[in-house]
Amino acid sequence: MLVAFIQRAIVQGIPLLFGSTGEIITEKSGNLNLGTAGVMYVGGISGVIGAFLYEGSVETVNPVLAVIIPILSCILGSLVMGLIYSFLTVTLRANQNVTGLALTTFGVGVGNFFGGSLIKLTESDLPSITLTQTSNCFKATLPFADKLGWFGDIFLSYSFLAYVAIAIALLAAFYFNRTRSGLSLRAVGENPATADAAGISVSKYKYLSTCVGSIIAGFGGLYYVMDYACGIWSNDAFGDRGWLAIALVIFAIWRPNVSIIGSIVFGGLLIIHNYIPGLSFSGQEILKMTPYVVTIIVLIIISMRQKRENQPPASLGLSYFREER
Amino acid sequence: MSKQHKEIHEPLFHIAKREALPFWLSWLIRIGAVAAALVACAAVTVLLTGENPIQVYATMIDGAIGTERRIWSLLQNTAMLLCISLAVTPAFKMKFWNIGAEGQVLMGGMATAACMILFGDKLSSPLLMIVMIVTSVLAGAVWSFIPAFFKANWNTNETLFTLMMNYIAMQIVSFFTYMWSVPKGSGQIGVINANTQAGWIPALGGKAYLLNIIIVAVLTAVMYIYLKYSKHGYEISVVGESENTARYIGINVKKVIMRTVLLSGALCGIAGLLLVSGTDHTITRNTVAGRGFTAIMVSWLAKFNPVYMILTSFLIVFLQKGATEISTIFGLNDSFSEIITGIIIFFIIGSEFFVNYTIKFREKEANK
Amino acid sequence: MGTQAAIELRNITKTFGSVIANKDVSLTVNRGEILSVLGENGSGKTTLMNMISGIYFPDHGQIFIDGKEVVIRSPRDAFDYKIGMIHQHFKLVDVFSAAENIVLGLEEEGKFNVKQSAEKIRKISEQYGFDLDPKKKIYEMSVSEKQTVEIIKVLYRGADILILDEPTAVLTPQETQKLFAILRRMRDDGKAIIIITHKMQEVLSLSNRVAVLRKGEYIGTVETKDTSEAQLTEMMVGQKIDLNIERTEPKDPQARLEVKDISCVNREGIKLLDNVSFTARSGEILGIAGIAGSGQRELLESIAGLQHLNQGEILYHNPKTGKTDNLRDKTPIQIRDLGVRLSFVPEDRLGMGLVGNMDIVDNMMLRSYRRGKSAFLERKKPKDLARKIIEELNVVTPGENTPVRRLSGGNVQKVLVGREIASSPTVLMAAYPVRGLDINSSYMIYNLLNRQKESGVAVIFVGEDLDVLLELCDSIMVISSGRISGIVDARTATKEEIGLLMTKNSGGEGNE
Repeated sequence: MLVAFIQRAIVQGIPLLFGSTGEIITEKSGNLNLGTAGVMYVGGISGVIGAFLYEGSVETVNPVLAVIIPILSCILGSLVMGLIYSFLTVTLRANQNVTGLALTTFGVGVGNFFGGSLIKLTESDLPSITLTQTSNCFKATLPFADKLGWFGDIFLSYSFLAYVAIAIALLAAFYFNRTRSGLSLRAVGENPATADAAGISVSKYKYLSTCVGSIIAGFGGLYYVMDYACGIWSNDAFGDRGWLAIALVIFAIWRPNVSIIGSIVFGGLLIIHNYIPGLSFSGQEILKMTPYVVTIIVLIIISMRQKRENQPPASLGLSYFREER
Repeated sequence: MSKQHKEIHEPLFHIAKREALPFWLSWLIRIGAVAAALVACAAVTVLLTGENPIQVYATMIDGAIGTERRIWSLLQNTAMLLCISLAVTPAFKMKFWNIGAEGQVLMGGMATAACMILFGDKLSSPLLMIVMIVTSVLAGAVWSFIPAFFKANWNTNETLFTLMMNYIAMQIVSFFTYMWSVPKGSGQIGVINANTQAGWIPALGGKAYLLNIIIVAVLTAVMYIYLKYSKHGYEISVVGESENTARYIGINVKKVIMRTVLLSGALCGIAGLLLVSGTDHTITRNTVAGRGFTAIMVSWLAKFNPVYMILTSFLIVFLQKGATEISTIFGLNDSFSEIITGIIIFFIIGSEFFVNYTIKFREKEANK
Repeated sequence: MGTQAAIELRNITKTFGSVIANKDVSLTVNRGEILSVLGENGSGKTTLMNMISGIYFPDHGQIFIDGKEVVIRSPRDAFDYKIGMIHQHFKLVDVFSAAENIVLGLEEEGKFNVKQSAEKIRKISEQYGFDLDPKKKIYEMSVSEKQTVEIIKVLYRGADILILDEPTAVLTPQETQKLFAILRRMRDDGKAIIIITHKMQEVLSLSNRVAVLRKGEYIGTVETKDTSEAQLTEMMVGQKIDLNIERTEPKDPQARLEVKDISCVNREGIKLLDNVSFTARSGEILGIAGIAGSGQRELLESIAGLQHLNQGEILYHNPKTGKTDNLRDKTPIQIRDLGVRLSFVPEDRLGMGLVGNMDIVDNMMLRSYRRGKSAFLERKKPKDLARKIIEELNVVTPGENTPVRRLSGGNVQKVLVGREIASSPTVLMAAYPVRGLDINSSYMIYNLLNRQKESGVAVIFVGEDLDVLLELCDSIMVISSGRISGIVDARTATKEEIGLLMTKNSGGEGNE
């Protein structure tokens, strides 16, 4: 049962990991994108649209195309969201909080709108779209995973996107700490005037990190639909995972490698109620608040301890204008 | 000597901060942005439906104010959004980024619902109403006080803190909706006191929402006066503009932060009361329906001025209602209105750039 | 290249809104020379240099490097022309190490390798005799260490045109000498060096030529060897320096404020004030001289109730009641409630003394809005006061409802000083009240301070211009690294005497 629990926790955690890694990359540039929830919706629905169109246009799906097409459409969708946010906050220097919230409204709207429209197109009785064929391609796992007992179950039983999530998180950690451009990105988020004076293009880094971050967060939506939900899109099913991803950023104190563990912890907290026998429905709801409570506790602790390395990027939430006097 | 290397391209333009624009011009820019947004929205609609744009606008207007019932619904929704916007404004003016209105309103609503359920048949109407007001105000205030306390003492990031508080509030509401669900186990409370109407805000002159609207109108005036003419309002502005100055003249910054955020939370509690007792007569985790977030945009777009907020909240509700109508008439999904709201806000926040900055083109200099 | 100027500016103009920061400035710097750019505070020196280093972009004018016209749109462009600027306000990322800051934004060949960079930094440090740990985080560093990082950063990039903005303002004399030795070595290497300063002594001892700016305009360039302090001063201020501030004899001075043995430390545990004691008397102007950042701000803020003290007491002798109160660790409100009429013109006018986005009337209320029991504001009296100040002090403004942010520096200061004087104080503290002001406004402020003195106020004046201190004050207290290094009679003291005191205990035991 413990193995099954860990396995489910990881599956629950992967969308959060995508979301939080994307958000960390964005926040490292000083952009607090509260639109991540919307971005993840758009990432999910874009993948669904891609898959839907592809499944509808061919007799039998080609497994490679069935994976690539949704991924590309997911990238495209999230990229547009990232661009909207960057254009407004970086080029037009709009307030980040307001822009992010508007982006969430917009993104959730887009997700549910196209989701609803596709559901209508399928003329099915259920309020959902089912893309089993595509999902099967996404869910392909290593053939020998189930032969290795608990080890296989915990480490090898996931689809490729899960490993991609972990790889991206590790890569991001490496990028921040071991590369020149990662250093520049952190400088932009900490002190854009300094970065600017050092010849780093603040706007370019803000745009790039926000867009790349959005794409990664968008994958979270894609993973959720194609893998976790077995290719079934229903409106609002994604829920508050986008906000949970932002919570995870704090929990991981802006470190993508910590966020791998964090995502599993959060995933576990999300489902632990299923593993506690005799829990009432209302009790379950109380348990579901734990990730948020834990995040608040982390937030309070880091602000009390004042350790410089654990603080949010210093210019988080502020827009930069060079000639400001 | 090398002369005139004209292959070096000079930057064509650069961005500079503008001198303050005359009042009318900055509003012209904003109105222009709304107009442009409307065009963009119509374009999107036309693209999706193939209808002609005039028809689209007509449908929109019809959806918002087509019947008396719709007008009431429009006013009621505007009032609710305005109420929450008023609530978040003092904190925002102080640069306390409280994005937890959603949770604070929900807690206020929860307290109201709890009173209605627990005391609905025990207390007399006026007494029940007083208990409801007190508990909802307290619930909202407590919910905002927690992040404010940590902000004031340890400078804990309030944006992220209040955000988390929203979801805790939702879980608490979920908890109670299971506990008190009717029928048991359904996870829904249903209309509370449907028969006795105990704890319902009474209809005035047969108009169910009239009292709600009047209350919000009064709140708007009070908030305007509070911010502009009271000593508290003045202190809020000083703290928001510069904490250093506040310290210099001896304002107790901690105290002002806590007091103001408490006020914000308390007002959110009232909004929750109006939602549960005056409108829905039930509670679910989605009772606030994102208004807590929309209110932030309303308040910000209005430059934290309660009078302008009447306009901005009306505009947003009007568009939402209109867009909902479009989606029913043309067979689109309900979420269409969220897309429209998103687009409009993008345009308006984008337009602030043109109010605050100007693009200077480099003059061509005659090279000798 | 030969005799070609390393960098030449031609008719550079830059405006910020309606403020002209630079107007038709032209100057040249050759390789193998040090050029001083001299000017008063606010004469546009820094703005001009920021245009060379790509922070600002000029509205008009041309920049030539080695005779070729160039466009410097960004700091990166500046690097490409091997221009390196060391800003007065350090541009460092606090949570990064020295090495990370130094390599920031640099595109070196090969893999990113902090160790390798650290090695290169060590080499540069050795070559010039710097002492720097590349792994140390900036937030753990002292001011002079930070400056070292900035200089090495520029050297690391191989800059051959160096701009230093007021580099000695934060240094001890030894550190200054060390820095000058390095700069001379670089000059002999054939580098072009521009140093912005307003310290005459440094100009004369270091530079080959001096370019002078006044109020954003270019006045001229002279060879250092052919010039004198008097000539430069005249170029800088536009008229022969003859301050001629009237000074009356103090009438019946009485101890008003007695500061006894106060000390305070900052978060890192560094002593900002160390056993400071002095007495301010009524009817006298007490001047405070010292290198910027020696504890002047903390001292005034301690008296104003804004700074927590670790020891000592601040005694106020109330002339009305004859009582003596200890102000230590009291809040500004508590101080006022004791009946202490203390006015304070802080250094940071728009960030502390005034609220930039509020209009003049609302700024008048900052001190007085609490009056009365009503929960509402009373704007009539503040409005009258605003009008009175605008009229009496010749504040140039469209009206009393204009946000003070939109006024020029001098007018902002008049509004602030006017308000502080209006509450008829018994103690008036003013920190750098003429910084950034033109001559006329400065004199108006001197006169206001003198009027206060004559009416029996104990005035404490923190200044930077020694000539002014010597002519305006009755006594001058010199502060150095948080300690009082001496109190002298302003009528008999000399500039040299004060200059010596300013650097007295700053060696060794000072900050660290």
